[in-house]
Amino acid sequence: MGGLEQWNWFLDGWIILAGVLCAASTALLGNFLVLRKMSMLGDAITHAILPGLAAAFMISDSRSSLPMFVGAVIAGILTALFTEWIRGFGKVDEGASMGVVFTSLFALGLVMIVQAADHVDLDPGCVLYGAIELTPLDTILIAGWEIPRVVAVLSIVLLINLLFVICFLKELKLSSFDPALATTTGFNATIIHYTLMTLVAITAVASFETVGNILVVAMFVVPPAAAYMLTDRLGRMIVLSVILAIIAAVTGHISAITVPRWFGYHSTSTAGMMAVASGLLFVAAALFAPRHGVIVIFFRRQILAWKILAEDIIALMYRIEERDPQQKPDANYLREILFSRSVPTKLTLHYLTKQGHIADTNGNYELTETGRDHARQLVRSHRLWEHYLVEHAGMSAENIHKQAERLEHFTDRQLREKLNEDTLDTDQDPHGSPIPPEDEIR
Amino acid sequence: MNTRESSTSASPSASSPIETPLSVYDLTVAYHRKPVIWDVSFEIPPGKLVGIVGPNGAGKSTLIKAIMGLIPKASGRVQIFGKQYQKNRHRVGYVPQRESVDWDFPVDALDVVTMGLYKEIGWCLPVRKKHRDRAMEALDRVGIADYAHRQISQLSGGQQQRTFLARALVQDADLYLMDEPFAAVDAATEKAIVKILHEMKQAGKTALVIHHDLQTVPEYFDYVILLNMRVIDHGLTADVFTPENLQKTYGGRLTLLEEATETMRRREQSL
Repeated sequence: MGGLEQWNWFLDGWIILAGVLCAASTALLGNFLVLRKMSMLGDAITHAILPGLAAAFMISDSRSSLPMFVGAVIAGILTALFTEWIRGFGKVDEGASMGVVFTSLFALGLVMIVQAADHVDLDPGCVLYGAIELTPLDTILIAGWEIPRVVAVLSIVLLINLLFVICFLKELKLSSFDPALATTTGFNATIIHYTLMTLVAITAVASFETVGNILVVAMFVVPPAAAYMLTDRLGRMIVLSVILAIIAAVTGHISAITVPRWFGYHSTSTAGMMAVASGLLFVAAALFAPRHGVIVIFFRRQILAWKILAEDIIALMYRIEERDPQQKPDANYLREILFSRSVPTKLTLHYLTKQGHIADTNGNYELTETGRDHARQLVRSHRLWEHYLVEHAGMSAENIHKQAERLEHFTDRQLREKLNEDTLDTDQDPHGSPIPPEDEIR
Repeated sequence: MNTRESSTSASPSASSPIETPLSVYDLTVAYHRKPVIWDVSFEIPPGKLVGIVGPNGAGKSTLIKAIMGLIPKASGRVQIFGKQYQKNRHRVGYVPQRESVDWDFPVDALDVVTMGLYKEIGWCLPVRKKHRDRAMEALDRVGIADYAHRQISQLSGGQQQRTFLARALVQDADLYLMDEPFAAVDAATEKAIVKILHEMKQAGKTALVIHHDLQTVPEYFDYVILLNMRVIDHGLTADVFTPENLQKTYGGRLTLLEEATETMRRREQSL
C-alpha cells in the first residue's frame, strides 16, 4: 500500500476522528431526511446557509465562530420556512420551490463571499469542499488537552444529535410516518419539522470545515439511504447508517492517501473520498441487500424459474405417461413442448435425476415413484384450478390453462383440499381430463 | 338551507347528561380561494354509527380534516363533546385514508399500532412492554395478531387497513373519525371492520365514517350525512337516505353555486 508509510497517527488520527464525527452526526439526522423524502431539503439548507455565513462574516468582520454559526443557522431555518411558504402561496411543488430558494440564496452567498474575500481571509474553495486535512493545525486547549477546534465542535454537535434522536425517537418516528396523526394527537409535527431542520442547519455548519457545504449533502443522505436498503426497521436503520458513515469516513481518508498513488498521483481530498466511499457502500448495499438487493432478487427469481421448469417437466412427463405409459421422452422432445432453452432443460433434467424424481436410461427419461407422486399432485392442482376457474370465477374453458399453469406451482396440499371441497361433484377438469387423486390408490 | 333538524339533536344543553360528540356550525373550507365545503352545519347524536356519503370531490375528507384542525377553516366552528377540538383531542381517534402514508416506512404493524399510544406515553418516554401488550391486543381484536412483526409493506391492503383500525382502537377514544376504511378491502376485512364498529357502538362510542358503497349504507349506519359541498341532508338513515336526497347529492352538482364560485375566482384572478 503506497502512501501509508507517511501515516502519522497524530495528524491522520485527528483527521479521521473529525471525519467520523462529522459522518456520524450527519447520518443520524439524515435518516429522517431520507424517510420524510426531504433529502433535497437537506441539500437546500446546506447550500443556502452560505449567505448566512457570509453576512455574519461581513457584519462581525472576523472568522470567529459564533457569529458565523448563528448567521448560518438562521439562514438554514429561513430556507426551510421560505420553501414551505413558496409552496403554499406560489402553487408550485416542493421541488420547484426549493430550487428557487436555495439556488438564489446560494448564489447570493457566493457573491457575498467573493466580495468579502477581497478584504478578509475567507477561501470560497474551502467553504465549498472543506479542509479536513487542516484539522490538526487549528487547536484549542480543553482541560489541558490540545484538541483540534473542529473535533471539539463536531463532538458537541454529535452529542446534541444523538440526544435528539434518542430522546425524540418516538416523536420523530410518528411525525415522519404520519404527520396527521402526530398533529391530531398533540405532537406538533410542524415544531418537530423545524427542530429537525434547525439541527440539520447546525450540523451542516459544523461540517463545513471538514467536508464543505457541497459534500455534506452526500454525508446526510447516502449512508442512511444505504442503510434503508439493508433493513426495514427504523432502529436498525439508524444504527446501520451510523456504522456505514463511520466506515465511509475511515476508508475515505485511507483511500485518499493510497488510491491516487496507485495511478502515480499525490494524495487527494479526504472529503471527496469520503463521499465516494459512501457512494460505493450504497452501490454495494443496493446490489447485495438481503431483501431488496438487485443480485438477491435476481437469484431468487432464477431459482424460482428453475423450480417451475423442473415442475413443468415432471408434470409434462406425467401427462405423457397418462396418454401412453410406454413412451419415454428424451430432452429434445420435452424441450419442444415446453419451449424451454436447451442448457437449462438439460441442467434441470440432471438435477431431477439426482433428486430421484426421474430415471435416465440412455437419454430417455421416465418418472420414478417419488417423481410420479409429486407430478400427480401438480397435475391435480392444475386441473382442480381449471375446474375452479370455470365454476367459480366464471372464466371460459379456453383461457384457463395459462392461469392454472401459473397457479399450480404455488398450490400446497392444504389449498388443494379447499379446492377439492369446491369441486366435489366431479373428477374431471373442464377439458375432460381426469383429476388425479391426492395419493395414489394402490 | 334544507338541513333538517333531527329529533336526536334537539337543543343539547350544557347540562345534558349525554354530550353531543360532534357539532359543526357554518363550517367553510377553501383551497386557494376555491371553497371545498360551504356552510356545513350538523350535529351527530352519541352512540351512533354515522356515514358520510357524497360524490368524489364533495369535500368528505376535507370535512374530517377540518374538524381535527389539520387544514385551516375559512369560517365556522367545531365542537367535540362541547369543547374545542384542542381541549378534547384525547377523546378523538382518527383512521386516515390508507394512501395517506408511506407503507415502505421501516416499521412493523405493531409499531404502527403503538403510535396510537404515544400521546398517552408522553414526550420522550419510551414505549414499554405494557404498551406493546395493549397494541398486540388491539391487533388481535382486528384479527391480524399473527402479522404483528411484518414490515407494513408486506401486509395486504386489508391488513393495512386493519392495522390503522387497531391503532385507533388503542387510543380508546369516544369519537372515531374514519376516512374510507372500506376502500379497496377484501370481504374478510370488511366484515372485521363492521364487527369492530358494532363493538364500538355497544360501548357507547360514536363513529363518523366516510363511505362510498351506497348499497351497504342502510345496513352499516344508523345515521347519514349527505354531503356535496354543502350538507344536502342529515338524520337517521331511514329518514334521509332516500332516492330524492341521493339524486340531489349525486346528480347535478349544485351547478349554480359552482358556476358562481368559478366566476368569482376568475374575476379575482384577473384583478
